[in-house]
Amino acid sequence: MDNFKFRGILILAVVVFGLIFAIPSFLGKAELPQGWIGPKSKISLGLDLQGGIHLVLKVDSIKAVEGRLNIIAGDIKPQMISSRIRYTKVAPEAPDKLIIQVRSKEDADALSKIMNDSYPFLTEVDSKTEEGSTSFTYQMKAQEALKIREQAVEQAIETIRNRINGLGISETSVIPEGKERVVVQIPGLTDPERAKKIIGKTAALEFKLVDEEHSVEKAVSGDVPEASYVAYMKDGKQPILLRQQTVLNGSMIDDARVSIKASYNEPYVSISFNAEGARIFERVTGENIGKRLAILLDGKVYSAPVIRDAIGGGKAMIEGRFNDQEAKDLAIVLRAGALPAPVDILEERTVGPSLGKDSINMGIHAALVGGLLVIIFMIIYYRWSGSLADFALIWNIVIVVGVMAIFGAVLTLPGIAGMGLTIGIAVDANILVFERIREELRLGRTPKMAIEAGYNNALSAILDANITTLIAALVLFQFGTGPIKGFAVTLSVGILATLFTALVFCRWIMEWMVNNRKIERISI
Amino acid sequence: MELIRPGIRIDFIGYRKYAYVFSAVLIAISLISIFWRGLNYGIDFSGGLEMQVAFKNPVQTEELRKSLAKIGFGDARIQSITSANAQGNEFLIRMQKVQSGSKENESTKIQNVLYSAFGKDKVDIRRAEVVGAEVGKDLKTKGLLSCLYVCLGLIAYIWFRFEFSFSIGAILSLVHDITLTVGIFSLTGKEISLTVIAALLTLLGYSLNDTIVVFDRIRENMKKQAGTYDLASLMSDSVSQTLSRTILTSMTVFIIVLCLYLMGGDVIHGFAFAMLIGVITGTYSSIYIAAPFVLIFHKGKK
Repeated sequence: MDNFKFRGILILAVVVFGLIFAIPSFLGKAELPQGWIGPKSKISLGLDLQGGIHLVLKVDSIKAVEGRLNIIAGDIKPQMISSRIRYTKVAPEAPDKLIIQVRSKEDADALSKIMNDSYPFLTEVDSKTEEGSTSFTYQMKAQEALKIREQAVEQAIETIRNRINGLGISETSVIPEGKERVVVQIPGLTDPERAKKIIGKTAALEFKLVDEEHSVEKAVSGDVPEASYVAYMKDGKQPILLRQQTVLNGSMIDDARVSIKASYNEPYVSISFNAEGARIFERVTGENIGKRLAILLDGKVYSAPVIRDAIGGGKAMIEGRFNDQEAKDLAIVLRAGALPAPVDILEERTVGPSLGKDSINMGIHAALVGGLLVIIFMIIYYRWSGSLADFALIWNIVIVVGVMAIFGAVLTLPGIAGMGLTIGIAVDANILVFERIREELRLGRTPKMAIEAGYNNALSAILDANITTLIAALVLFQFGTGPIKGFAVTLSVGILATLFTALVFCRWIMEWMVNNRKIERISI
Repeated sequence: MELIRPGIRIDFIGYRKYAYVFSAVLIAISLISIFWRGLNYGIDFSGGLEMQVAFKNPVQTEELRKSLAKIGFGDARIQSITSANAQGNEFLIRMQKVQSGSKENESTKIQNVLYSAFGKDKVDIRRAEVVGAEVGKDLKTKGLLSCLYVCLGLIAYIWFRFEFSFSIGAILSLVHDITLTVGIFSLTGKEISLTVIAALLTLLGYSLNDTIVVFDRIRENMKKQAGTYDLASLMSDSVSQTLSRTILTSMTVFIIVLCLYLMGGDVIHGFAFAMLIGVITGTYSSIYIAAPFVLIFHKGKK
């Protein structure tokens, strides 16, 4: 098989392949014909075209370190008591320090033994002795803190993913960016506010006993009893005095569902604990019959019912005058678990579906009109050769669409502009060749020689010019967020397709015309 | 059909002094404007809030401001949108300062207050963007770095394919194009957004197309007339020989970008505008700026 035939077959293969993969995307929403055995994947539309929400979240992971120190502070107290260490203060200090104050020299020695044995990742950085009592400052080792922070980000991503899945939306993406950022993309969302609420809620569920031995009023005015603190009810106004110790938290939840209270027709969330949680819950309720147990979510008290009996079976309910959706969303976040640290929304981009539709229409309209003008121009200026370039141009677009569909690339509004630009670049390559061929013809060469020389001489310029654009497109891909990435992809694929259509496809047809049809003049 | 008479020869290199002065004046104006007037950074870089809201019924700007004032956003910039597809009741609400990190963020507050003032089914939140200052700063750095990377990549490639003096010429013409484009953004007060930066990066690559075609012809002519040429006049020949092609390709791209600018809608308006300016300066610089600079920096035979 000679070179010419081989190229012909290659071209046919690429064109057919491109067309088959492009068809589903060109049909858009319309159904594929019955019995279609080709590929079904389509170019997906970016958030800017189909509407949706793009969030950049920052996981405040240093708070996870603080949380860890809080737990350690809680664990150390009983340890010190059992070792008969008299302490006056155990308090974490943001962001990564723990302060422990003990009475005497002996206490200090015993403490340092405990710290060395049980908490090697805390280093003593400071100690002060005043009036006999010594205050130690411990700092978490940077390596340990880093590990906790990294885990917090990973866990946050997992939790957010579960919560969004709980909403039942497909094609979402939750990916890390940098050290502590998370990018969340949810296409086609009709209620972005709801998504923001569900994603951003820390959802730390805690059970704490109510301190009923002291007066709330006094505590509010500043006289807070040891080991208690003032919290507020959900409405934010009514204060309530709680024990600092958390008896149970949301990490032991197995399931959370919405139920309806028959008597009031009011929804509430019923939660069930895992085995360990159920055991603790039964013990705590059994030991505190007649007292009140507060249920807190993100620090706010939702309810504080009186414990009537030991509660076995590991079930509890959260009430709080919810409407249906609030209850449903709360169940979703409780099922997915708490975020290990609070998240902040750094960046939010929401596109409503109506704007997306307008953008597609206007973008495609503009690109089509521009493309059409150029197509007409090419026919007028280069006659037959111009029509050939236009013919190649149409296949160029088909190949671009096909390749993008194969790789599941995303079409964005700037991407549509990129398609327009591809038309320009494709025509550019053809103009280079045609001008060259004209020059060669003017020198008196035969059509066959002119075409050969034209393509050979234009080759290096076409390659160099397109590679520089490709370099820019590749950097652009690194730089951009969604819509711009889409542009970079479309442009890159467009450049590669252009090199194929201009240098291989058009050339083959031109050669075929002069070889097989033996034409004596080229219309150019 | 022919736009440029074949065989035409214009002594572009001979005119280079005028081109230098012309470009120097334009660049001076651009730089003065960039440093004195500054650039109008969009919320992508300055941080802030931008919401595009459409109403079913006619709404006055003042009504809108009154509702926003209720939540303390009375100083927001409210702009009525009059694009072809807006049904007359569409507004752009912008605020510079937002507190990132607050749980109920500004866009939620605005949405709620508009829902309660105008009725939930009468308000269509078409777009809402909130960018924290931190992200804005990151994007700025990232954008500048990307420009740098593209420039370095291009210098390296042209150096590899041509000679060092060519890559200097190419880069100077790029700097020329970008400065003028950014200068026009500064003069007209048009907003610099993320997509405008994307357009600038694309321009870096694309405006080089014409330049490379000219360079390619210079390289070819240098080979053909090995040793016997006068570089200045060879360059004029090369630019003249590729002139028809330079004008034609710029024209076709210009047509497409112009269509995008006129019909593509608000979102790619800035993008298309940057491309429009870039195509013009790119064409001019590849004819008048790139080759003369190669001449200056070219070592060996002139």
